[in-house]
Order: sequence, then structure tokens, then C-alpha cells
Amino acid sequence: MPSLKTLIPAIAASVLLAGTATAGDLVSYKVVDYGIPSSLTGKAGDAAAGEKTFVNRKLGNCLACHQVTKLSAHPFHGEIGPSLDGVAERYEEPQLRLQVVNAKEINPDTIMPAFYRTEGLHRVLKNFKGKPVLTAEQVEDVVAYLKTLK
Amino acid sequence: MKTNWNRITLIAAACAVCVGVFATSANATDWGPYQVDDRRSGYTYMTDESRAMQVDSFQNPGMIWVEQGADLWNETNGKAGKSCASCHGDATESMKGVAARYPVYDEKAKKLQNVETRINTCLEKNMQAEPYKWESKEMLSMTTFINNQSLGMPVDVKIDGAAAEWYEKGKAFYYERRGQLDMACKHCHEDNAGGIIRANTLSQGQANGFPTYRLKWQKVGSLHRRFRGCNKQVRSAPFGNGSDEYLALELYVKWRGRGLPVETPAVRN
Ligand code: HEC
Ligand code: HEC
Repeated sequence: MPSLKTLIPAIAASVLLAGTATAGDLVSYKVVDYGIPSSLTGKAGDAAAGEKTFVNRKLGNCLACHQVTKLSAHPFHGEIGPSLDGVAERYEEPQLRLQVVNAKEINPDTIMPAFYRTEGLHRVLKNFKGKPVLTAEQVEDVVAYLKTLK
Repeated sequence: MKTNWNRITLIAAACAVCVGVFATSANATDWGPYQVDDRRSGYTYMTDESRAMQVDSFQNPGMIWVEQGADLWNETNGKAGKSCASCHGDATESMKGVAARYPVYDEKAKKLQNVETRINTCLEKNMQAEPYKWESKEMLSMTTFINNQSLGMPVDVKIDGAAAEWYEKGKAFYYERRGQLDMACKHCHEDNAGGIIRANTLSQGQANGFPTYRLKWQKVGSLHRRFRGCNKQVRSAPFGNGSDEYLALELYVKWRGRGLPVETPAVRN
């Protein structure tokens, strides 16, 4: 399983992408050292709201692939991605933000969807066209929630 | 209270051994004809209950469609006053092997034909009858009946000559990311086969059991219905049933499962 730390070849790509503005209605952001240092909304997210977005099958649906012991009351945690227990101890906030915004900047071959991206997608269903999976605010909420996983 | 770490370590070690033994025996499972090299039928990822249901033709709920198809086979239909049997006689002879080698390139139509499009060509051209609608009771019954005549035969599709172009198109489709969730077929069925996504165990996404009786659908469904479902799951606009895109994908996915037995009607979760 590739992880943020083992993906050395992608460093070059992330340097190239640093400073790239995101088109459309999306907030632009800077990628620095495998992370996005500043909040997309300019403020800290709400961890409680983030937990709801994380679990919601129509929003983050993160449990489709990840396991979180604290969320064991919710059934069916997938096993495609790593357990997120203690993830806040393994990564800093900027890295967590980039992983959610666009995991492909870290691992170009990942199955994990980019949750805040609309460019370069192919044959998107009509209702989802031009829209990111999560809004900037929802991304920040999810990041705030991930930071509670110690 | 003092924790007895020695005891916990012992239990943990014993568990590791159990898991180890279990994993080896799982790896060593002999799937018989359902596995060829590293290619595994969806059958090998199912529950024991579904497997038992599939192989017992009295229990297999898909057999109803086989029976309905057998009736349609002999029914006169269309202005030419013919039935399928008028031209093809006994299906247990004439249709044997069709599901194993289809889709095939059709020189006359200048395109790939799968079983569904072939049935409709026969209905329109040879019987002067109305074509069946995709996913209609008639189409599902006829395809399930025809494919069932190849039960157990190894999939063996031709990908050379005029079919090569279609094969390449299908392969490109398989590896192309699509939809808002930006995934290709390969992300689920090649990289993560055997993995659990929500409550589902991902299989290799093989085509050898179609039309398949899906417990979730409570009926049989075509391969193209499955393709549409997998496309929509990643929030991607599906292609039409019988479209060139899906015909090409069908050829490529069938080729990925070369050597696997035809299982129609397979039973899947
Ligand atoms: C379809 C599968 C899938 C979904 C859905 C998914 N992830 Fe992931 N995630 C992965 C995989 C696989 C990895 C391993 C690294 C990689 O390939 O990017 C990963 C890695 C991560 C990591 C790094 C963990 C580590 O220890 O390296 C974080 C953090 C993360 N995901 C958060 C999320 C959040 C938050 C969501 C939902 C908003 C989410 N993921 C949804 C598949 C998924
Ligand atoms: C997000 C994950 C995902 C993606 C991407 C995906 N599928 Fe699937 N597919 C599934 C799941 C879940 C099932 C049901 C369990 C199983 O058999 O794997 C399934 C089942 C299938 C089956 C039925 C297998 C059987 O034995 O009955 C086929 C065929 C298939 N997929 C083909 C495809 C093709 C072709 C693509 C790309 C166009 C694709 N899938 C993309 C998740 C996915």
C-alpha cells in the first residue's frame, strides 16, 4: 500500500504543481512539500461537522475504503485504504489537506478520489459536472476531523 | 489492576499463528476450473451460500430465464413465420460454444456482435420480427438460455484480425479514469480484487457468468447493465446498452477471463 511517505517520485510533480491555481469556482491553493499549508476557506474547519461529512455516503463516504475504530458504531468499513486511526500523529495538517483535496498529487495511481477538483475529469454524470465532491468548507471540516484521530 | 502482558503476548502469538494458517489455507484453495493462472471467476469471491445456489440447477433462481428462453426458441415470431428453431434446430447442439467465443467480429455488419445484438439481427433480418428491447424479459430469457448451452466451456474469444481494433478500444476503456470519482475499472478489479469496499468484496470483474442472477436485483441482468452500474457508481455518464464502447469493453473483459468457464446463469451478491 503506497503511503504519503513512500512516494518519492511524486515529489517532482508536486513541485511542478506548486502555485498552480485551480480553475472554475474552486478556491486556488498552493502545494508545498506534499501539502497545502493554508486553509481553503481561510479559517479552521469544524471537526464535528467534519465527522458527519466523513461518514455520509453521499459526501465523503470515507468509510467505503478506510477504517476508523472510533466510528465502529457505523457498519461496513472498507479495507481498500489504510486505517485512519492515529493519522493525525503520522501527518501534519497540510499533508492531510492535500490528501483529501487531490490524493493524485501524492500518488498519481491512487484509487482515492480527489475531493476538491473539477479539472481533467472524464465523462462526469450530468448532476455532478463542474462540481467538486466536497466544498472548500466541507474539506476543511474533514481535515479538522482527521486532526482529532490521534 | 496489573495487566498480565505475558499472557496477552502469548494469546497474540497464538492468534498470529491462527491467522497465518488460515491465510495459507485460503491461498491454497483449489478453485478447480473457476481459476486459471491468476484469473479468478467472481464465483471464487462469493459466499458459500451463493456458490451452492449457483451450481444446483434446482436451486439456481436464474434457471427460470433458461426455461423461458427455451420456450421462446420454439415460438414462431415475425412476418417470415419462423422460429429460432426453424433455422438453428436443437439449441443444445447449435448454440453450444456460442457464449464461449462471443463477441465476434461480423464481416457483414462490419462490427462486433455480442449475443444480444446477434439475436436482434436474426429477429429483424431472418424472421422479420421486432427486435427485443435490451433488458426485456424476452432478451434476458433468450440470452440466458443461449449462454447456458455453453455451461462449463472455457471462454475463448478471438482478438486478432478485425477484432484487434475492438480489443484495443476495450482495453483503453478499462484503464481510463472516468466520472467525478475519477476511477478506472482497473482500480477496483485489478488493483483491489479481493479487497472490501463498504460491504462488498471486489472480484476481478469477470464476464463469464452473464446474464447473472444478482440477489440485489432479484433477477438476471446483462453484462452491459453491470457496466452501466459500475460507471454510475463512480458518477460517470454510462454508455448505451449495445453501444460500440460497451461491445469493445465486453470483448476485452471476456479476454481477461480467457479459460474461465461459462457459468450462465451465475449467482452473485
Ligand atoms: C475509493 C477508496 C478511497 C476513498 C473513498 C477514500 N480514500 Fe483515503 N486512501 C485510499 C487509499 C488507497 C490510500 C493509500 C494512499 C493512496 O493510495 O493515496 C488512502 C490514504 C488516505 C490518507 C493517508 C493515510 C495514511 O496513513 O497514509 C488519508 C488521510 C485519507 N486517505 C483520508 C481520506 C478521507 C478523509 C476520505 C474521505 C473524504 C478518503 N480518504 C476517502 C483510498 C480511499
Ligand atoms: C468503485 C469500484 C468499481 C469500479 C471503478 C468498477 N467496478 Fe465493477 N464492480 C464493483 C463492485 C462492488 C462489483 C460487485 C462485486 C464484484 O463482483 O466485484 C462489481 C462487479 C463487476 C462485474 C461482475 C462480476 C461478476 O462476477 O459478476 C463486472 C463484469 C464488472 N464489475 C466490470 C467492471 C468494468 C468493466 C468497470 C469499468 C467500466 C468496472 N467494473 C468498474 C465495483 C467497481
